[in-house]
Amino acid sequence: MIRFILGKLLYLVPTFLGITLIAFSFVRVLPGDPVLLMAGERGITPERHAELSAQLGFDRPIWQQYFDFLGRLLQGDLGNSLVTKKPVLTEFLALFPATVELGLVAIVIATLVGVPVGVIAAIRRGSWFDQISMTGALVGFSMPIFWWGLLLIILFSGILQWTPVSGRISLMYFFPQVTGFMLIDSLLSGQKGAFASAASHLILPAVVLATIPLAVIARQTRSAMLEVMGEDYVRTARAKGLPQSRVVGVHALRNAMIPVITTIGLQVGVLMAGAILTETIFSWPGIGKWMIDSISRRDYPVVQSGLLLIAGLVMLVNLLVDLTYGLINPRIRHK
Amino acid sequence: MSDTAVKLSDAAIRRRMLADFWFYFRQNRGAVAGMWVFLALVLVAIFAPLIAPHDPTQQYRDALLVPPVWQEGGRAGFLLGTDAVGRDMLSRLIYGAQFSLFIGIVVVSIALVGGIIVGLLAGFFGGWVDTVIMRVMDVILAFPSLLLALVLVAILGPGLTNAMIAIAIVYQPHFARLTRAAVMGEKAREYVTAARVAGAGNLRLMFKTILPNCLAPLIVQATLSFSSAVLDSAALGFLGMGAQPPASEWGTMLAEAREFILRAWWVVTLPGLAILTSVLAINLMGDGLRDALDPKLKRS
Repeated sequence: MIRFILGKLLYLVPTFLGITLIAFSFVRVLPGDPVLLMAGERGITPERHAELSAQLGFDRPIWQQYFDFLGRLLQGDLGNSLVTKKPVLTEFLALFPATVELGLVAIVIATLVGVPVGVIAAIRRGSWFDQISMTGALVGFSMPIFWWGLLLIILFSGILQWTPVSGRISLMYFFPQVTGFMLIDSLLSGQKGAFASAASHLILPAVVLATIPLAVIARQTRSAMLEVMGEDYVRTARAKGLPQSRVVGVHALRNAMIPVITTIGLQVGVLMAGAILTETIFSWPGIGKWMIDSISRRDYPVVQSGLLLIAGLVMLVNLLVDLTYGLINPRIRHK
Repeated sequence: MSDTAVKLSDAAIRRRMLADFWFYFRQNRGAVAGMWVFLALVLVAIFAPLIAPHDPTQQYRDALLVPPVWQEGGRAGFLLGTDAVGRDMLSRLIYGAQFSLFIGIVVVSIALVGGIIVGLLAGFFGGWVDTVIMRVMDVILAFPSLLLALVLVAILGPGLTNAMIAIAIVYQPHFARLTRAAVMGEKAREYVTAARVAGAGNLRLMFKTILPNCLAPLIVQATLSFSSAVLDSAALGFLGMGAQPPASEWGTMLAEAREFILRAWWVVTLPGLAILTSVLAINLMGDGLRDALDPKLKRS
């Protein structure tokens, strides 16, 4: 097992170096002078230009710049935002919990709904439930989620007035950040109504973000279940006279879950892309919106390091998925 | 094949394969429905200038945010109403079909051709060529696709062409991986060895001998990428990074309509519905294609 883990880790090193190379090249391949670009439309004095160039290291040879970049990276220095002047890492860590909270709730919704739907659809193959749920899954899979979010806002915030349009919590409430997760912090604060406010702010964005993973998980669960249900050991279990619930719940589901767990893990990348859109629509103060804002503000150090952090994160989660997979399924380990 | 078997010409074999394919494809009602919707979309896109009642960029200053014809205040001249600057929604939606199809075709073509070449090289030659190429693909795949596309557009500058290039770059590794896997499976087969012994060069082996036998998964992936391309380009348009106003691209239309969501439902609902319908149709077709082309599922 340790060899398996080490092998996987070693495999990641070149990929990670590639990611740093892309993030590094990003600012350099921008057409025109990066310093002028960063200065924006107001222009810049020659002295300030030279100063910025030296500060950002643009006056040195390109390979040296890359190694400087890597060196700073290893020390946890990801540069400063041009707009707020704060370290990028500080900004990232401040906004990250909001995205994690949103993503976690979304993946929980997607799993809690998607897996049972897929299992039932597989058991009752061809029934109306199967047909309707799988049609629904395909619709969900095809959904432009930025539009879906707007529709939900029209319905639940506009017409029914059940949920707020944007933000994480009503401005009425103020309490210290403990975990950074609004749902938990609002409970810890003990203020009346704070949790309900946080939950009502979270529910629509989470549902929107959950849509595509939910569809993928439901489809994957169904096909994995169908495959497993045709196996000999399921027939044997049936022949032994075991009740349907045990055959499905123990013999089939356990084995069908292996690919499903992988699918759930692989949704992290999908969630990240979805978070960019969802956070923009709902003005959710997370890293998706932060990236979009930074791109439109031309805050390139933020875009560069944000890209690096997000890609590194997705890579890490994928590694964890791989390792879990090896853990549940020994056949993978010894390949 | 025994000696007594009837010799079939290439054309006849192809016709048989097509008939075979159609037989399986037809059994999937959803796929057939998706195909019809897609065909309708193609026709609408081709004949947009003939069908559209108005110019998609013409602004009727006396008809701002006119609701659809069946609603109170609707006008017969604007069947689906108008947007905030008085442009006919129906005409814009019709012309939007051109954008979506064009984007899908261009993105898939670039990604497919690039992916096939890269995947063939990696699968056929193996060794360090394979390692280097696949590692580069891994790096691209490590980024969430929309994020990478966004950053690429930020580098290249917002606009439709750059959005298409960015999306194609992001999709290309999927094709490369599929091609590589298929090539590695086929490379060791006897017919390839036979062709090599007969004196076929590397290029001929790669493109004429091996490639045609690797096409099935690529066709399926191309269909799925087509729908993703429509979705992602609409998302880029929605974020202001894709086609620029006044283009009647559906995502861009949605972005312009955002501030009116609580006042004029049609400017928000209709473009999204158009995106959903076309993406759904293509995905339905893709599912059908996969079932019909995947030999593992056949006759099971």
